[in-house]
Amino acid sequence: MTELIDGLYREGEPIADSKAPDGPIETRWERHQFENALVNPANRRKLSVIIVGTGLAGASAGATLGEAGYHVKTFCYQDSPRRAHSIAAQGGINAAKNYKGDGDSVYRLFYDTVKGGDYRSRESNVYRLAEVSPNIIDQCVAQGVPFAREYGGLLDNRSFGGVQVQRTFYARGQTGQQLLIGAYQALERQIAKGTVEMFSRHEMLELVVIDGKARGIIARDMVTGEIETHLADAVVLASGGYGNVFFLSTNAMGCNVTAAWRAHRKGAYMANPCYTQIHPTCIPQHGDKQSKLTLMSESLRNDGRIWVPKNAEDCDKDPRDIPEEDRDYYLERIYPSFGNLVPRDIASRQAKNMCDEGRGVGPAIVEVGPDGEEREVRRGVYLDFASAIERMGRESVESKYGNLFDMYERITGENPYEVPMRIYPAVHYVMGGLWVDYDLESSIPGLYVTGEANFSDHGANRLGASALMQGLADGYFVLPNTIRDYLAKGPFEPVAEDAPEVEEARRSVTDRIEHFLTCDGERTVDSIHKELGSIMWEYCGMERTAEGLQKAIGLIRELKTEFWTNVKVLGSNDQLNQSLEKAGRVADFLELGELMCIDALHREESCGGHFRAESQTEEGEALRNDEDFSYVAAWEYATKGEDAAELEPVLHKEDLVYEFIEMKQRSYK
Amino acid sequence: MRLTLKIWRQDGPDATGGFETYTVDDISEDMSFLEMLDELNENLQARGIEPVAFDSDCREGICGTCGLMISGLAHGPEVTTTCQLHMRSFSDGEEITIEPWRAHAFPVIRDLVVDRSAFDRIIQAGGFISVDTGAAPDAAATPVPKVQADRSFDTATCIGCGACVAACPNASAMLFLGAKVTHLGELPQGQAERNSRVVDMVAQHDHEGFGGCTNIGECAASCPKEIPLDVISQLNKDLRVAARARR
Ligand SMILES: Cc1cc2nc3c(=O)[nH]c(=O)nc-3n(C[C@H](O)[C@H](O)[C@H](O)COP(=O)(O)OP(=O)(O)OC[C@H]3O[C@@H](n4cnc5c(N)ncnc54)[C@H](O)[C@@H]3O)c2cc1C
Ligand code: SF4
Ligand code: FES
Repeated sequence: MTELIDGLYREGEPIADSKAPDGPIETRWERHQFENALVNPANRRKLSVIIVGTGLAGASAGATLGEAGYHVKTFCYQDSPRRAHSIAAQGGINAAKNYKGDGDSVYRLFYDTVKGGDYRSRESNVYRLAEVSPNIIDQCVAQGVPFAREYGGLLDNRSFGGVQVQRTFYARGQTGQQLLIGAYQALERQIAKGTVEMFSRHEMLELVVIDGKARGIIARDMVTGEIETHLADAVVLASGGYGNVFFLSTNAMGCNVTAAWRAHRKGAYMANPCYTQIHPTCIPQHGDKQSKLTLMSESLRNDGRIWVPKNAEDCDKDPRDIPEEDRDYYLERIYPSFGNLVPRDIASRQAKNMCDEGRGVGPAIVEVGPDGEEREVRRGVYLDFASAIERMGRESVESKYGNLFDMYERITGENPYEVPMRIYPAVHYVMGGLWVDYDLESSIPGLYVTGEANFSDHGANRLGASALMQGLADGYFVLPNTIRDYLAKGPFEPVAEDAPEVEEARRSVTDRIEHFLTCDGERTVDSIHKELGSIMWEYCGMERTAEGLQKAIGLIRELKTEFWTNVKVLGSNDQLNQSLEKAGRVADFLELGELMCIDALHREESCGGHFRAESQTEEGEALRNDEDFSYVAAWEYATKGEDAAELEPVLHKEDLVYEFIEMKQRSYK
Repeated sequence: MRLTLKIWRQDGPDATGGFETYTVDDISEDMSFLEMLDELNENLQARGIEPVAFDSDCREGICGTCGLMISGLAHGPEVTTTCQLHMRSFSDGEEITIEPWRAHAFPVIRDLVVDRSAFDRIIQAGGFISVDTGAAPDAAATPVPKVQADRSFDTATCIGCGACVAACPNASAMLFLGAKVTHLGELPQGQAERNSRVVDMVAQHDHEGFGGCTNIGECAASCPKEIPLDVISQLNKDLRVAARARR
């Protein structure tokens, strides 16, 4: 282990083995599945698996493992598995079906995903994702997922940000909902059969690790407050993404990092936590009482045109009165071949640039600039459908985007058929997450991580419609075939409910709850969460600098102390207590935010969703540094001293080797 | 704007509840209804009063978690979910009554939060197509005519919020049931289990303590996803066919 670097972290041993197979890429997964041990059907009932999270990644895994005959326990914090955040996905799901005959293939989806991820993902994983993608569509259609169809009754596809083939399957603007309902129904079927036991309104608050292996969780029944111990042979986290560290994001209110962070504190590495995806087409913020941001599917970019006025003086005019020659369709201008369909990170950063230049539109919002001075900035750009309506007719636009237009009108009170929409980027997805090997196993044996909660597959930037694909690939096809290799070694030694490791985990949960309820300070949990969010957005958002990140780390540490000494949580533990729930989540967000800034600071290059102002081309494009940074940054939890006031994490590098795809500087010009 | 809120407060499932009156100031019309309640809760906590418990998650009108009776209307005065209701639908000085869903099958957990797990159990009874992972034929093998595909989709958009039950004087969940039966029943894949599905789901519905349907139509009028009333006729038809098939 090295000395402290930059006063912040140490470097430890590199990751020796990601278990990724070698040989021809087309045969790796098949060979690996063959080599993984099988579990005799009669033994499966004796093997138990806990799955935390029942979104696409968790519900699909729960259903599949239940069907196989394992004893499964699933957990979610909502009142029903049908409500997981996956339900909000709008645009669609990719699959290399090539139903359109436009030259798509498994290899092309693999290539696009690696390139889109800015060469920061593991080739073997991405290939496998592309390889199983067609099976997902088959499975979902068989379950009754009503994908969009053409008049002849065949499945329809569309193209989605950053690619030139039509491989995205969709169900109007509600693809996530329909996929989740499919997985949910498959899960409910297993619940009825008794193979899966569901615990809704239960929040995982600690991981139980015994002899170095994950053996269970501590969960709080959110209705009664009871602290429960659940033990098993293996644990799967499918607990989703942590975008809510920014307070304002497109994530659901309850999305959190707690399950992942508790595992991280018990030894699971956190990989590339700073890779955040900012989505370009969200509805701009209306004011400082805003609780969340709303995304509009980027499929809108297929037909809408993005522009700002050429002249700052026009910014407060009615956009319909601004003549064509005074409009700057900046994406079409800067990126003639991709135009409005450039990847999300580019579209987002350019919108920010336009607004920073003073050419943004919509209400002017007071903000504190990087220089610490207050200023008024309009944070919005136009997304205009006037020419699409002219070309396709209002009816076609309505049938394609009707529900999105309605949503926009409901939220803003403006009619997008008449006035161009206003959009602005918002935090949407995190590519970072718990480190997993090719088997989706974390650095704690027996702890598996799937879906948005893991870091795999998307590198530094995720392509549109690929998260749903990954969640379902992991849950239906990958995890069930890798976890069996581990379970084949079980059933493991039974764990006593009063084992010291269990007691210790329970105590850590009850101590924390006790502290929150008796702290009796002045600040509400939300007020601290908001403050954390604005630090993160300002310094660890779309553009990051060494100076800003250092500042942010200091501010977060101060805020952490403020939180632990001055938070106010009313009520008691033995009933539904939403402030108490939030307090636990914010406690973990504070530590995560610190780690994200350390990760962003150490990665002195720009790649994908991570843009370091110091590392850009002359044209202002992200500039990668493959020489020094083509690795996964997997962080091990460590603190300065005992009380966790300051993180001092240990960096383990996993080198990324590209055998099949040549690394290129991304260009969408 | 300034509003007076009469809110149902109930400490727990077995506690007796009652209305409390609060006022909120400085509410902008661009705020959502739930952001208005967030603001109320921040103020209450500052005064040492426990915040009002209410459910929400996506706040985009799609997860079905939110749901309040707002001045007697499920999800309030617009055809949408509570989270997508905005304050521009109210006027300055208005008094708003806020209650939880009221139905025997949806017991109150706390304040405005109710237990809707009965819906999950109805789905468990048959709201699925039985196909194990890996056992699916190629997706293109079964074309679905667009008319059926669209009808299936329209009814599959139900978000399981429970407004139909809350709005119904009988607290019947027939609209929720009809939506699921139609979603799966319109598709070729859903035919094999069509009869057993409807029979088992209706049996579970009755067992949970939801009331019977007497064709009042309040459910469809309150449904944020505009699930059409005719799914209930479809359900009754399927039920008759299933009964005949059993004989
Ligand atoms: C608005 C929006 C639109 C999107 N559109 C698209 C799209 O068009 N295409 C696409 O591919 N992707 C899209 N995405 C991304 C995609 O939806 C998500 O990445 C994906 O659905 C995540 O699935 P998941 O199963 O990993 O997690 P989630 O669906 O977030 O599920 C997490 C689960 O974990 C549970 N959980 C979390 N913490 C705990 C805890 N501590 N204890 C117990 N349970 C816990 C939750 O209850 C939930 O069941 C979109 C995302 C957003 C925000
Ligand atoms: S039918 Fe409508 S009101 Fe009833 S649960 Fe479904 S979406 Fe809600
Ligand atoms: S909170 Fe999801 S529908 Fe209202």
